[in-house]
Amino acid sequence: MGYPDYMRESIEKVNATRSKRLGVQYPRLTMEQGNEVLRDHHPDFKDEQKRNLRVGPNKGDPANHEFVDVLEAHTAIQPGDVDLEQVDWDVDVLVIGGGGAGSTAAMMATEAGAKTLLVTKLRLGDANTMMAQGGIQAASKPNDSPVIHYLDVMGGGHFTNKPELVEALVKDAPLVIKWHEELGVMYDKDPDGTMITIHGGGTSRKRMHSAKDYSGGEIMKTLRDEVRNRPEIEVVEFSSAVELIMDDKGACVGAVLMNMETQEYKIVRSKATVLATGGFGRLHIQGFETTNHYGATADGIVMAYHLGVKWVFMDSVQYHPTGAVFPEQIVGLLVTEKVRGLGAQVLNMDGEQFTYPLEPRDIESSKIIREVEKEGKGICTPTGKWGVWLDSPLIDLIHGPGTIERELPAMVRQYRRFDIDIVKDPVLIYPTLHYQNGGLDIDANTATSVPGLFAAGEVAGGIHGTNRLMGNSLLDVNVFGRRAGRSAAAYSKDAEPGKPTLEHLTRYEEELKKAKVETDRHAPVLLPEYRPEHMREHILDIPL
Amino acid sequence: MADDKVLQAIDEPPVIDSEICVTDEMVEVYIMGKPYTVPASLTIMKAMEYAGYKLVRGVGCREGFCGACGTVFRRRGDYKLYSGLACQTLVEEGMYLTQIPSFPAEKAVYDIRELEPTANTILSYYPELARCVSCNSCTKVCPQEIDVMDYVNEALRGDIERAAHTSFDCIMCGLCAVRCHAEMPQYLIGILARRLYAAHIAARAQDLESRVQQILDGEFDKELADIKELSVEELKDLYRKRDIEPT
Repeated sequence: MGYPDYMRESIEKVNATRSKRLGVQYPRLTMEQGNEVLRDHHPDFKDEQKRNLRVGPNKGDPANHEFVDVLEAHTAIQPGDVDLEQVDWDVDVLVIGGGGAGSTAAMMATEAGAKTLLVTKLRLGDANTMMAQGGIQAASKPNDSPVIHYLDVMGGGHFTNKPELVEALVKDAPLVIKWHEELGVMYDKDPDGTMITIHGGGTSRKRMHSAKDYSGGEIMKTLRDEVRNRPEIEVVEFSSAVELIMDDKGACVGAVLMNMETQEYKIVRSKATVLATGGFGRLHIQGFETTNHYGATADGIVMAYHLGVKWVFMDSVQYHPTGAVFPEQIVGLLVTEKVRGLGAQVLNMDGEQFTYPLEPRDIESSKIIREVEKEGKGICTPTGKWGVWLDSPLIDLIHGPGTIERELPAMVRQYRRFDIDIVKDPVLIYPTLHYQNGGLDIDANTATSVPGLFAAGEVAGGIHGTNRLMGNSLLDVNVFGRRAGRSAAAYSKDAEPGKPTLEHLTRYEEELKKAKVETDRHAPVLLPEYRPEHMREHILDIPL
Repeated sequence: MADDKVLQAIDEPPVIDSEICVTDEMVEVYIMGKPYTVPASLTIMKAMEYAGYKLVRGVGCREGFCGACGTVFRRRGDYKLYSGLACQTLVEEGMYLTQIPSFPAEKAVYDIRELEPTANTILSYYPELARCVSCNSCTKVCPQEIDVMDYVNEALRGDIERAAHTSFDCIMCGLCAVRCHAEMPQYLIGILARRLYAAHIAARAQDLESRVQQILDGEFDKELADIKELSVEELKDLYRKRDIEPT
């Protein structure tokens, strides 16, 4: 396979200019220039892609159509569908979600003495955490401090972040890395034990800790192994929560689960519940391709919204600047920011630089969109997608031969499967839907406005304001996952759950009716639909 | 800022040259023995979806990181058994494919903090490690192209450090265990080796240790409390003036 001839013409220009570009840095934008390019080119500023929500606690707020669609939808079940009195599990803490946040929450909850059940829609470890490549931020070096980290996070988020959450994030960061070190996460280190750290977009210190380009995988595999090492944590896989259960005092007291294979429902009663269900990448906001896991369909936020929990910044979406657009088989695949951290430049069809490679993600993405849409200097793929070059071979020129193979084994492998050698040739990239910046409104202990309901990880918002920096998501799931586990366990000690009900679902349905929302949709949507329409139109619904 | 020529470029987005578009070539594949016609540009995973399967098992990150979709296939007229990740492998004409929804393996339960990084530790949890006959089936089947047999033997002779590095890229799809004559779960031995290495052999980060102590001693509490109180304008000012460590 490899690149078609017409693309090779452009690649030759990239190869020809490489030695001249070595060491020549395109200037960083000022804050004002950055704001201008965002306003003109970032998808968040496209008003026609949004509408105002008509129901629930965020009524009147704008959000992308695809997200509003799952909130202006019927609830997954109705109160009469299930028997809440037939209880299958009665626990102190229920953790919903088996990624980084869920796993750490379950560990901390059991360490605090709570009887804990972790349920997950697919397998334990099936989450965006597993896929994160570049690294995890922490101010662990002498020239850095949590205060400097704080300023970077706020600047990256355009100063919209919730200060108490940022404080928790940066203060717990070194504690998390230390915890990982003790658990046996194989971080990249010098022989004397010093962590190898590099820059990420928007960082003022080299504080990105990594495990080659399998950073999230290495962390998630270790956390999963550790959860499995603790028999006191009960894990139930292939069981999705479909709605939360409330009591007559307005507290969250469990969830209705559904077996993803048999569709049998189960009832969990809990004194405290942690939502760690991740984000909404698989809703394909504004039609973008996504780097996200198959299960990232916003379940948690929908269920909590039915219960009356408000969200923040959900109109803000992170498009990772460098998603693969060629070859077709890996479109949307993440090309880690570490590639730019190591020195790769972003180039147009003529092999020219047009942006500082390590702008915060939203600005970098906007610059790329601008170069294609406004300047007309993108490269078209055979299937009509547009992209610009990311000049990976530059890395070996800067750091010496063998660096790419050593530092980016996952990426080398993924492209080699399609006969592309990233050591010799650049890769074609375009922004791809990567992260839900917003989420459920929480405090620094992860509590939501509903007693007994906690949220951690991508499902929660406010930590990153309207733009997350690289390496702060792996950090976020660990920091707030740990806090959620402890908070939920502490809350469960004094909680006295009342009578369980699903009346909130009836109220939500009434609100939909009052707002004259007419729809066939039901939510949460548990998995995205990738079967072709011509096939689905011919399905017969006959019991077997 | 933009001149007329540039503005013109927005109004007229470049036209896609139809000459360069891929053809909609179709191939016939056998999904669990039953023939379906699917586009040749699809991966095994997308081909199954195209055929109408709604996947719950054997699907995960869809990008080659999670190990959910390790699978085997055959090609028409070829006796060999091939393997790969369903999300990373393209369909071919006459391919016989399937899903491996789950494969049983017994994971040892241990407290990593209390273990010694030795071969005996690994052998005590996975005694089947010693049954390796060096047939190399595990290495041949690995979609990550890891020298699985090598790390198994490195673990066996107590070279935990090397076993950790050799197995590092493992995504734990379990295909090695499916093919193993000695019936061992190589991928579980690999993660034990990595955790032993990182927790007990690699030197600890001293900078990190000191920073953690500073945080526990509350050294940054006042500065953080102060910066939290700043107005957005004051923060912006600090942000503009921040010094950036050279790359």
